[in-house]
Amino acid sequence: MSEILSQGTTKAAPSDGLAVLEQRRSVAETHGIPLAVLAELTHRCPLQCPYCSNPIELDRGGSELSTEEWKKVLTELAELGVLQIHFSGGEPTARKDLVELVQHASDVGLYSNLITSAVLLTKEKLSALADAGLCHVQISFQGNEPVVADRVAGLKNAHEKKLEAAKWTRELDLPLTVNAVMHRQNLHQLADIIQMAVDLDADRLEVANVQYYGWALKNRAALMPTLQQIEDTSRIVEEAAARLKGTLAIDYVVPDYYALRPKKCMGGWGRQFFNISPAGKVLPCHAAESITGLEFESVRSNHSIAWIWQNSAAFNRYRGTGWMPEPCQSCEFKEIDFGGCRCQAFALTGDAGNTDPACTLSPMHEAIFKQAEAEAAAHQDRFLYRNFAGGTLETEGGHGA
Amino acid sequence: MASRNISVSEASRPILPRHARLKFDETRQVWVILAPERVLAPDEIAVEVLQLCDGVRSVSEMVDQLAIKYAAPREAIATDVVAMLQDLADKGFLTEARETTS
Repeated sequence: MSEILSQGTTKAAPSDGLAVLEQRRSVAETHGIPLAVLAELTHRCPLQCPYCSNPIELDRGGSELSTEEWKKVLTELAELGVLQIHFSGGEPTARKDLVELVQHASDVGLYSNLITSAVLLTKEKLSALADAGLCHVQISFQGNEPVVADRVAGLKNAHEKKLEAAKWTRELDLPLTVNAVMHRQNLHQLADIIQMAVDLDADRLEVANVQYYGWALKNRAALMPTLQQIEDTSRIVEEAAARLKGTLAIDYVVPDYYALRPKKCMGGWGRQFFNISPAGKVLPCHAAESITGLEFESVRSNHSIAWIWQNSAAFNRYRGTGWMPEPCQSCEFKEIDFGGCRCQAFALTGDAGNTDPACTLSPMHEAIFKQAEAEAAAHQDRFLYRNFAGGTLETEGGHGA
Repeated sequence: MASRNISVSEASRPILPRHARLKFDETRQVWVILAPERVLAPDEIAVEVLQLCDGVRSVSEMVDQLAIKYAAPREAIATDVVAMLQDLADKGFLTEARETTS
């Protein structure tokens, strides 16, 4: 009787929100009702991580949607059939109205997740969020101890604060995901990070290799892992996942450059998910603004979010399979990976309509693989820290914190 | 931690953990389980069993109830229900009610 449930939990990739419901529809259908939305409430953040997923050009505080505008957005999303809302940033707890927004999400029936660096949280704040109906907390970690972690975050005492907030999360009986962004300069800590997640009584651990857009692309030479590290990582994750079954669920995001097949990015462009930027732009993914030549509609426009999802040029540009060139068009996997990632294709080939070079069938695959190996071997370890000023290079000798 | 890594038996009193929400999705007209980064679509029987998982009712009581409702052999129902709940528990979608006397 649990056949369908098993399919959902064992076969679906972590990024694949609704593989099971999808099976009810024809795979040729280009899009349906979006499942989940990432709400970037602000780009302000006390951390300066060199792989930040925010765009290079950050939205300033003054351009952010107001409380009332976000509440209207949340209501509209629920009406549209969206099930989950991820409150993210920047640092979402930098918004003074976060509790009010979480409460509103609960009121309209959305499952809410807080994606946070946790350094601004207090136990009182977390408790208020729990009372407002927050369903889940995800805390990012930059390492398993302060020396590496605080340097990557570019913030003193960040690691210590995160540990404290993680403990409060479990004391309040809120479910916890530890999100560990991995790269060359912290992969040696992976086994300890897994143990840290167990010690923090986390329900889930995301081992997410850095994906190279925006800030991370600028920092690629300082972040790119070696092939040996990736092989070790796969082994460590596999062993831990088996050992910790039932205690800690582990989701593993493999690094694109060393992959053979591209990831099904966002579950396919404009098929399941979208993103709303601090200033209200509705984006197919959080990095979509890195693709020049696409125009994105705003929730401040005269259009409804439903209209933007269904009809806007940016969402329809790479939806489905019709846009695909060769080798994607005749590929048997085209409805499995939807050609990989548009932002990566743009960043590496200059054309978002090309095959993602993460795929072995891309003519550029061999070149990026070699480039990754060369960059990893060069040991240029200085970070360019993320900030509103276009980035600040780490001082010689490290320790940006 | 012990409450998470459970072994389901007829004596268990399972409940959905806070991060897993069972709800009827009006837009799609299906039952869904919402969890971080996941949406699952349980079938009708799974939904029926999950609705009985309130942390108070034991698996044994659920089986009795279902055996009567479906006029099916108790033993067969018990095997199916325990297997299904164990599968969900292993994947982190089911926990056991905590002792409130802490």
